[in-house]
Amino acid sequence: MATEAARAGQGRSGPRTERRDLWWVLPLTVVIVFSAFIIYTTWAALQDANYYRQPYLSPYYSPCLATHCVHTTIGIFGSWWALSPAILILAFPGGLRLTCYYYRKSYYRSFWLAPPACGVMDARKGYSGETRFPLVWQAIHRWFFWASLVVIAFLWWDVIEAFQFHDGFGIGLGTVIMFANVILLSLYSLSCHSCRYLVGGYLDRFFKAPVRYHMWRVVSRLNARHATYAWISLFSVALTDLYIRLVASGTLHDVRFF
Amino acid sequence: MTAGSEFTMRVWRGDASGGAFQDFRMDVGEGMVVLDVIHRIQAEAAHDLAVRWNCKAGKCGSCSAEVNGKPRLMCMTRMDIFEPGETITIAPVKTFPLIKDLVTNVSFNYEKAKEVPAFKPKAKEADGTRRMYQEEVDRVQEFHKCIECFLCQDVCHVIRDHPENKPAFAGPRLFVRYAALEMHPLDTNDRLGLLKQRAGLGYCNITKCCTEVCPEGIHITDNAIIPLKERVVTEFNDPVVWLLRTVTGRKRKTADGAGS
Repeated sequence: MATEAARAGQGRSGPRTERRDLWWVLPLTVVIVFSAFIIYTTWAALQDANYYRQPYLSPYYSPCLATHCVHTTIGIFGSWWALSPAILILAFPGGLRLTCYYYRKSYYRSFWLAPPACGVMDARKGYSGETRFPLVWQAIHRWFFWASLVVIAFLWWDVIEAFQFHDGFGIGLGTVIMFANVILLSLYSLSCHSCRYLVGGYLDRFFKAPVRYHMWRVVSRLNARHATYAWISLFSVALTDLYIRLVASGTLHDVRFF
Repeated sequence: MTAGSEFTMRVWRGDASGGAFQDFRMDVGEGMVVLDVIHRIQAEAAHDLAVRWNCKAGKCGSCSAEVNGKPRLMCMTRMDIFEPGETITIAPVKTFPLIKDLVTNVSFNYEKAKEVPAFKPKAKEADGTRRMYQEEVDRVQEFHKCIECFLCQDVCHVIRDHPENKPAFAGPRLFVRYAALEMHPLDTNDRLGLLKQRAGLGYCNITKCCTEVCPEGIHITDNAIIPLKERVVTEFNDPVVWLLRTVTGRKRKTADGAGS
């Protein structure tokens, strides 16, 4: 019989958790996968090479805004910009994911350990949640959402261009990968909680706004799978960059379907 | 699990001054739930074992406890999910003050409920009625499924692991209540300032444990807390809204809902 004291006025005291299942597997997996993604993305963004092979442009470098880009989308930044053009754009999709309600859940649990799992005690003694700077500014999520829509519009344009080979219209494995990736990225962005709010969730009276009500219902259905889209699109965007990188560097030959 | 399997039930015994787990070897019949076994312990081995229960059908929310460390309704936890011979830990919910054995004082939740401004309907229409439409009601119906078992409050780490936050935090059950009122098509009260300050919505870091343990399957985080957070953002934390208000001179709401 174990002996444990109860705290007067508070709940029963006890060990960090009485769970005996493998609760630590999920947070550990998240730490490994997220860390691998961040390391790969940082490395790829700083390469400033092997991000374009006609007609494929890596999503990490799109839209390419520097004039020294191998494939410039819009040359806003002149020759004075000496750093990788990926740095100019990755802050927007990166910010969307950093402030995303699903990712917040994941990294608060896995990296912050607040809590590491349900019914498992927080690692830290103090806790103020999102009431103070800087976490109170997770509120900026909706503006990253708007910015991500602009980025995704460029990614769709890249997909259209990915059908245009030297010898005319065609479809390669890269085209298929880019197409799948932009669909997944679009689903991830459009299923976000801020989108759900902005299209109609802020209303109390749906009857007076049937279009917004319909959009809210559609986004609500997508929102139920937001975590799934968050995970799949995380892999798809990194794998799309990896494929184009391998093709551009000559390591792989693109498979051309026709 | 076969009929007549034997389990070790490790049940918390004690009160506010202290306590410990006590083991009971119990035969468990087919179809039994954890609450049945607790009742058998009460009848055969520990007549003074305190447990709160009522409907035994997952609708009264009385028999909340922590089974192997997970907040659950004992009446809805079937014994056949465990392996025969397994030791099963039954403890009172951790977040609230212990009264005796498996019974806790959940007054915190009722005190927080008193702080929620009541439903305040808009004026009647010219024909003497108030109208709302099914598509408007559908959204808040989900919140009315709450049985007040307070498992979401128990599992919420904001108060479970940091009891010092209790005065400043209402908790997920109350956020469901706030959402039901805030999104009601006829309600005119404004609770956003209150949610931001006195109810401590910002303490929630949306880790969704409340949703995971809800026996009614209410999407507490996605459908109540996050939409409320978004409304609070619009009202208080959106830099663009702030800029527009500064330019147009429109006033911001205060904690009691009035314009400032």
